[in-house]
Amino acid sequence: MDDLIQDFISETREMLEALGGEVVAWEAAPDDRERLDAIFRFVHTVKGNCGFFDLPRLKGLSHAAEDALAEVRSGSRVADHRLVSAVLGVIDRIGELVQAIESGTALSDEDDDLLIAALLMRGESEEEPAAVPSAAAAARGAMRSIRLPIDLLDRMMNGVSDLVLARNELSRRLRDGAVAAEVDAVFDRLSVTIAEVRDSITRTRMQRIENLFAPLPRMVRDLAAETAKQVLLEMDGGDVELDREMIELIRDPLTHIIRNAMDHGIEKSDLRKRSGKPAAGSLRVSARQAGNQILIEIADDGRGIDGDALVRKAISTGLISDEQAARLSSAQKTELIFEAGLSTAKKVTAISGRGVGMDVVRTNIERIGGIVEVDSRLGEGVRFVLKVPLTLTIIPALTVCAGDQTFAIPRSSVEEIVRSRGQGIKIERIGGSSVVTLRGRRLPLVSLAATLGVAVQGAEGIITLLKVAGGGVYALEVDRVQDHEELVIKPAAPALMSTGLYAGTTLADDGKPVLLLDPAGIAIRAGISLERMEVEEPLLAGPSGRAEIQALLLRSLGGARRAVALSAVERIEEVPAEAVQRLAGRLHVLIGDRILPLEGCDGEIQDAKIKVLRLSDGVTQLGYGFAEVIDTVTIDSELVPPATPGEIGGVTLIGGEQIEVIDLHWLFAGHGATAVQAEQRPVCMLPAGDAWMETLLRPIIESAGYRVISSDDADAGTAEIVIVSDEAPVTPPGSAKIVRLRADPEPAGKSDTSIHRYDRAGLLGALGRGTRRKGG
Amino acid sequence: MADLLLIVRIDGERVALPAGDVESVVELEGLTPVPGVPRHVAGLSALRSRVLTVIDCVASLDPLRSIALVGDAVVVVVEGHPYALLVDAVEDVVEAEGEPGPVRTALTGGWSRVATGMIEAEGQLTLLVDIGVFISGPLARAA
Repeated sequence: MDDLIQDFISETREMLEALGGEVVAWEAAPDDRERLDAIFRFVHTVKGNCGFFDLPRLKGLSHAAEDALAEVRSGSRVADHRLVSAVLGVIDRIGELVQAIESGTALSDEDDDLLIAALLMRGESEEEPAAVPSAAAAARGAMRSIRLPIDLLDRMMNGVSDLVLARNELSRRLRDGAVAAEVDAVFDRLSVTIAEVRDSITRTRMQRIENLFAPLPRMVRDLAAETAKQVLLEMDGGDVELDREMIELIRDPLTHIIRNAMDHGIEKSDLRKRSGKPAAGSLRVSARQAGNQILIEIADDGRGIDGDALVRKAISTGLISDEQAARLSSAQKTELIFEAGLSTAKKVTAISGRGVGMDVVRTNIERIGGIVEVDSRLGEGVRFVLKVPLTLTIIPALTVCAGDQTFAIPRSSVEEIVRSRGQGIKIERIGGSSVVTLRGRRLPLVSLAATLGVAVQGAEGIITLLKVAGGGVYALEVDRVQDHEELVIKPAAPALMSTGLYAGTTLADDGKPVLLLDPAGIAIRAGISLERMEVEEPLLAGPSGRAEIQALLLRSLGGARRAVALSAVERIEEVPAEAVQRLAGRLHVLIGDRILPLEGCDGEIQDAKIKVLRLSDGVTQLGYGFAEVIDTVTIDSELVPPATPGEIGGVTLIGGEQIEVIDLHWLFAGHGATAVQAEQRPVCMLPAGDAWMETLLRPIIESAGYRVISSDDADAGTAEIVIVSDEAPVTPPGSAKIVRLRADPEPAGKSDTSIHRYDRAGLLGALGRGTRRKGG
Repeated sequence: MADLLLIVRIDGERVALPAGDVESVVELEGLTPVPGVPRHVAGLSALRSRVLTVIDCVASLDPLRSIALVGDAVVVVVEGHPYALLVDAVEDVVEAEGEPGPVRTALTGGWSRVATGMIEAEGQLTLLVDIGVFISGPLARAA
C-alpha cells in the first residue's frame, strides 16, 4: 500500500508541476477551454485516485472543484475571477496535502471548508474569498532532488564510457613506455576516480523496478473487469534497481505476459471452483537481483500451457515433423509457445493472442541480452522468468581467441570452461561434426574459428559451454581464453548486426576493437538447432543424478572462498562500514531503512565499504558480509559435510578448487522464528541411508518448515509425512501421508501420483497438502 | 555561402562528398577484420576510443574488387554509427559552384548506384555521391 501511496504522491506532484503554467494561463484567460479541460482532468484524476486510498480531505476538495468546473464546462456557470481564485486555492491545498502525506506531517483542516465554500459562492458579491495561508512554499524547500532530462544522463553515460576506453588506451601506452612511479600513482588515482564516476552515473540511470510495476494493479483490475475474472495480484521486489532504458525495454514484454495470463491463463471463478482452486486467480509478479542479472518472474495459477495442443498446432503448421514432435520433452513442448504463429487460445480476443505474442516477447528480451524461461504445469499454472542484464552498456565478458583474432562472449552465457584435453572429456567426430561428452552430458561441439571462417592457429585448446535462450547448451571450441573483463559495449553497425553473429563492439585494453559474439547466432551459423542441442539430456539421470546448484562464489572477509546458493540471494548491496553495528550481542547491518542481522564477517572490515548479500528464505531476511564477488558457478560435485553443523555446510570442488559452501539453512535457523519452535514443526521422515535425499532433499524439506528425521531414528513413528523413492516398499508409521518420488520426469500413467524428484514446486505442494490435511 | 565539398578519389575517379556530412579525415591505425560480413565492410578500427566500422569504397562499387591500400579514410556518422570510408586519396575541400544537377550521362558499374548528381567545383564537373549507399553496400539495393 505504501508503494501505491508513493506512486499517487509522485503522480500528483508531477501533474501539479505540469499544471503550474496552465493555472496561471487560465487565470489570465478564463474562457480558454483547453486550459479549463486540463485543470478539470487534474482534479478529476485526483478525485479518482483518492478512491483507492482513505484520503477524505483530498477527495472532498477535488470533488468540490470538479463539480464547480463541470458546471463551467457545461456552460451553466461563468469562470469569473472569484471561481478561478477558489479553484487555485483548492489546487494549492491539494499540493500542500500531498506534501503533508509524504512528509508525514499533519495539516490543519479548518480551512478546507472555507475553500469549498468559496467554490460554491456565486454571483457578483464584492467580498473576496477568504485568503488562505499557504504552507507549501516552506515545506517544498525540504526536497533535495532535481529533475534532469534523460538525454543528458545518456550523454553523461556515453561520456563516461568513452572515458573508460580512453583510460584503457592510456594504460596501454603507459605499459609500453617506461614511466616514472609518480605517473603510475597519478594514473591509478585517475582510474579509481573514473571507476567511481562510472559507478555513480550508472546509478543515476538506475530506476526502481516499481516504476514498471506501478501500472500493473490498475491494468490487472481493468482486465479482470473486462474478462469477468477475479484476480489477486501480488507484487514483490519493487526496490530492485534496473537501468532505466532496460525498464522501458521490458515494459512491453511484461505487459504482454500479464495480459496473456489474465486472458488465457487464469480461468473464470466457476471453472476454478470446479477444479478445486480458490475462486480468485493468483498472479504474482516479482523481481530480484542475482549476480549481474535481474530476474523478473510472472507466475499465475491458471490452466497452464497445453504442451500437446502446441505440438499439434506446430505439426499442423509444418513447424516440426511428427517424428520431431515425438522426441520432444514436456519442457520443449511448452517452449513451443515462443514460436511464431503458435497460440493455443481457441479464441482471439482484444486483450491478447493473435499468434504474434510470445515470439515477439522472446525476441525483444533476447535483443537486450536477456533470456525468457517458461515453466508450466497443465491445470496448475505458468511461470515465466525474464532474465535480463543489469545494464546495456557495461557487461562482464570473457575474451577468447580464435585464429589471430580476439572475441568477447557475454559472461552471462558462459556456463563452464574446460580444457579440451582435460580429464573426463571426450571429443568424437561423427558425420563431419563433433560431439563432446563431459560428465555424462553430450553436447554439440562448434569450432569458433571454423564457424567464422578464421584460420586456425595451432590446436584449439579450450572449450566453453555456452547456454542460449530456451535452455539449450552447446560447446564452443576456441584457441584460448584470455581474460575476464568488464567491457563497455557499443552497438555495432547494421552491416555487422545483420550477420546475426555479433551483439556489439568494444575496445580491448590494447586499444584494438573486439567483437562481442552472440552465442545464439553462432549456434545458428554453425547449423545447430535447439533440438539437437538437447542431446544434453543427462545420461546419468537416476538415483545418482545430482542436481546442479547455481551458486555465487565469493571471498569472505577472512579470505576464504565460499559459495552460496544463488536462489537465496536477493541482491548484493554495498554499504559503508559504519552501517555494520553490534546490537544486542549480534552484528546487524543497516540497508536502506531496514536493519538486518548480519552473518559472515569472519574478518576485520578493512575498507570504508563492505559488500553485503541480502539473503532471503522467503520470510526472514539476513545480511551476509563478505569482501568480494568472484564469480557465479555451478555446484555439481559432491558436498563433503563438515564434522559439526555450522555456517559451512560442506566443502565441494569448483573448478578444481575446494570451496566452502554456506549452509543457508543453518544461517536462517539461527534467526527465524522457526528455530524456537523446532518441536512444534511437522515431522517428515526420509529413508535412512539415501544420500541423494539427505544432501539435496533434506534442505528443501527443512526450509519448508519440517523437522526431518530418518527412518531408523527412534522417533520414526511420529512422522506425518514419509518420503520414499520410486519402487521402495514402505510401511508408513500410523497415519502418515506418503509422498513418492520418481526419477522419470514424466508420470507413468494417469494413476501415477508420484512426483518427479526435481519437481520442487510439486514436492513443496505435496508437503503443504500433507500438513493442511492434518490441520483441517 | 556556397556548399563545401570534400573531393576524394575512389577507384581512380574524382568524386565529391558533401563536406557537412564529414566529421574528419584520418589515417587509420590498424584494421580488425570482421568475419562473416559483406565484402565491402573491411573491418573495425579504433579512433580515439571509438570503434569505427571501416567501409571499402572500391568493394562497395564492385564487390569483386577491393581497395589497393589502407590509408586515408573519411569519418562519417550515419544513424548514430561512426564509419570510416576507405578512399584512394583525399584531395581537397572546395566550394560548390551552383546547385547540383542530374547526371546527364550513362554511368558504368556501381557508380550509377552511388551517384546523386553532378556538381561544378573549381571549374570541373564532379560526381556527387551518396555516403549512405557506400555504407549499405552493393547488396542492399538488390534485397
